[in-house]
Amino acid sequence: MMLRLLILAVAALLTVSVLAPAPALAVEPDEVLADPALESRARELSKDLRCLVCRNESIDESNAELARDLRVLVRERLVAGDSDREAMDFIVDRYGEYVLLRPTTGGANWLLWAAGPLMLLAALVIAVFYVRGRARAPKAAEQGLSADERERLRKILKD
Amino acid sequence: MITELGHFALILAFMIAIVQAVIPLIGAHKRWPGWMAVAEPAAQAQFLFTAFAFGALTWAFITSDFSLKLVTLNSHSAKPMLYKISGTWGNHEGSMLLWVLIVALFGALASVFGGGLPPTLKARVLAVQAAIGVAFYAFILFTSNPFLRLTVPPFDGQDLNPLLQDPGLAFHPPFLYLGYVGLSMAFSFAVAALIEGRIDAAWGRWVRPWTLAAWIFLTIGIGLGSWWAYYELGWGGFWFWDPVENASFMPWLLAAALLHSAIVVEKREALKSWTILLAILAFGFSLIGTFIVRSGIITSVHAFANDPERGVFILFILAFFTGGALTLFAARAQVMEAKGVFGMVSRESALVANNILLAVSCFVVFFGTVWPILAEMLLDRKLSVGPPFFNSAFTPFMVALGLIMPVGAMLPWKRGRIGRTAWQLRYVFVLAVSLGVLAWAMQTGKSALGPVGLFLGSWMVFGALADLWLRSGKSGRLQRMLRLPRADWGKAVAHGGLGITIFAIAGLTAWEQEDIRVARIGEPFDVGAFTLVLTDVSREQGPNYFTTKGRVEVTRNGQSEAVMFPEKRDYPVSRMPTTEAAIDYRVTRDVYVVLGDQQADGSWTMRTYIKPLANWIWGGSILMALGGLLSLSDRRFRVAAGARKSPEAGVPAE
Repeated sequence: MMLRLLILAVAALLTVSVLAPAPALAVEPDEVLADPALESRARELSKDLRCLVCRNESIDESNAELARDLRVLVRERLVAGDSDREAMDFIVDRYGEYVLLRPTTGGANWLLWAAGPLMLLAALVIAVFYVRGRARAPKAAEQGLSADERERLRKILKD
Repeated sequence: MITELGHFALILAFMIAIVQAVIPLIGAHKRWPGWMAVAEPAAQAQFLFTAFAFGALTWAFITSDFSLKLVTLNSHSAKPMLYKISGTWGNHEGSMLLWVLIVALFGALASVFGGGLPPTLKARVLAVQAAIGVAFYAFILFTSNPFLRLTVPPFDGQDLNPLLQDPGLAFHPPFLYLGYVGLSMAFSFAVAALIEGRIDAAWGRWVRPWTLAAWIFLTIGIGLGSWWAYYELGWGGFWFWDPVENASFMPWLLAAALLHSAIVVEKREALKSWTILLAILAFGFSLIGTFIVRSGIITSVHAFANDPERGVFILFILAFFTGGALTLFAARAQVMEAKGVFGMVSRESALVANNILLAVSCFVVFFGTVWPILAEMLLDRKLSVGPPFFNSAFTPFMVALGLIMPVGAMLPWKRGRIGRTAWQLRYVFVLAVSLGVLAWAMQTGKSALGPVGLFLGSWMVFGALADLWLRSGKSGRLQRMLRLPRADWGKAVAHGGLGITIFAIAGLTAWEQEDIRVARIGEPFDVGAFTLVLTDVSREQGPNYFTTKGRVEVTRNGQSEAVMFPEKRDYPVSRMPTTEAAIDYRVTRDVYVVLGDQQADGSWTMRTYIKPLANWIWGGSILMALGGLLSLSDRRFRVAAGARKSPEAGVPAE
């Protein structure tokens, strides 16, 4: 009982510190770069980077300190002349693959990206065979309802 | 005392559900009318007892009975009444009680309105529904009992999460649960039909209203949740591809597929086994959604209440019901011989395409949601799958769906010609393309997203209108249009609503304007066509929070547009700050203002967004739900229409 309450209390505390949209805003005015082209590139990159201490938020949306640090880091790299790719690689090297909201296609991840198209293909093949089967089905099947079914339908329709 | 009665009522409901799950099933098997007849009174009594239990819990929240552990953890005496009531289901135990209440409600409704069902099918449906109830009663009573007392009650409670103290979110869970659990009816019908060994057009007609109702509730629930995120989370996002959102979105997609395939079963007696499979999967995904939300296996913004132990229990329920139903399906699938014959180009094929797109897109969402867990468990790779993935992997399916929808909706049953139907839509196509080009010409240096969205949206909206127009014959069109079956209107309204939502999402994403700055009091600044000025910031006190309230005047070309009050609130009991954005809602755009921190020099950080078409997202959702309602209200009429024409004559689908 005590332990349970303790866990609950810890969980509640964690929730408060992690979840709370702190009063600060996501992107602070003092972070914004003077060059609008660089700034908009930084914003685009920020949307693909996860705030590591948050639940499913990008650093662009998050108010956490760590998200702010990452945003500043992205901007530093861009100002230093990195391409988008170089800046992302730099951050992935430091924080790991977990930071990417758009997973790479490397390794087994190809399966993730290909899952939709492959499934669509499979479904289309099955559907074409099914529909062709339906188109060729014997005309006898077109007789409609059997006498028994007609009777039941009539009963249902009455009320 | 009332609490103990509620607890007792819940245990009684559990017992009744066990009886209801077993006796009618045996009765239906042995053809014993008396045993089958147990189902109806049992279903109704079970509902009444559960309703009493739920009422008792609500009463404890209303009267702030802090001797109840649940009330202490989730309520506070200073909380407004609305949130005391909504606090009943704003926590794990209460929400599960609401869940099982709705299971019982649907069972009771089926027992009242299922007059036309054959007695054996009815007994089996109610038995399966009760079996689902049994699992959840056990779950509540053994792992998540809401009626536990505290030995030493505290003076006051710990308050509900302030993010949940909001009218939008107060009603979001009940609607979502009505939707999730509504799909249990489709599931019960599918399993009962498999046991019965008979699926025909009549089955399609019985299962459709339940699915339609579940889909309507899901639509409203998801819409409310997304609207809440939009105004409450403080940056105007409306969809985050969060695991919990996905959990509600997957059943929605499958329910939409099921709605359409049930039409084929009903009108053409084809796609039977697929429809049964969909019914099982749709409820399976509801259970998966419950599992994701309740176990906290995927941490996400919304997992307010979670506990791995309970997760295992729900996983067991999920495995039992979907596994059992799928096994039954595998054993009985051969009895579902298709009857209807149709060509490659036909309404049936179009509905097959609709089902493929919806089901595969659901699969994409599912795969993306579970991939991080799979990767961690199997590959020892810790990675994220976020909105950028879903946006690129999911959107193409919706675009394809939008493109084929107007044509598919107008193709005749059995055999059609693509050329003929496409020709009927030529004006709609030209209009949609012109609107897209116009949007392209009016915007400068922006992405193609907006124009493409406008093209697709208007193609769908005007396509739906054209369908009604063309269906109404040659003379006296308007009158005839009004006399079309409600199902036809429902179809057009729902399809048009989807088009509007798609257009709004594309337009908002493409044309949104944002401004982040340090604002000095009294110093105006421009955002897009608007001029804003922060005139004052004051500190005030609400019923259970403190607030810092800004006053912002918005003008456009010197004309006053709005005075807005963005707030930052602090809830002392739960020690949580929230941002309350100020939003000026207009038809074509929202102005969205967020107040930030005070700077050392006394100025304030401010975020301003101009969000075009934001309301249209939810307007489209409302239309979709309304279309569903129209279709639902047509049921009786549709049945009568079927009687006049023989099925061979090609009854228009809704």
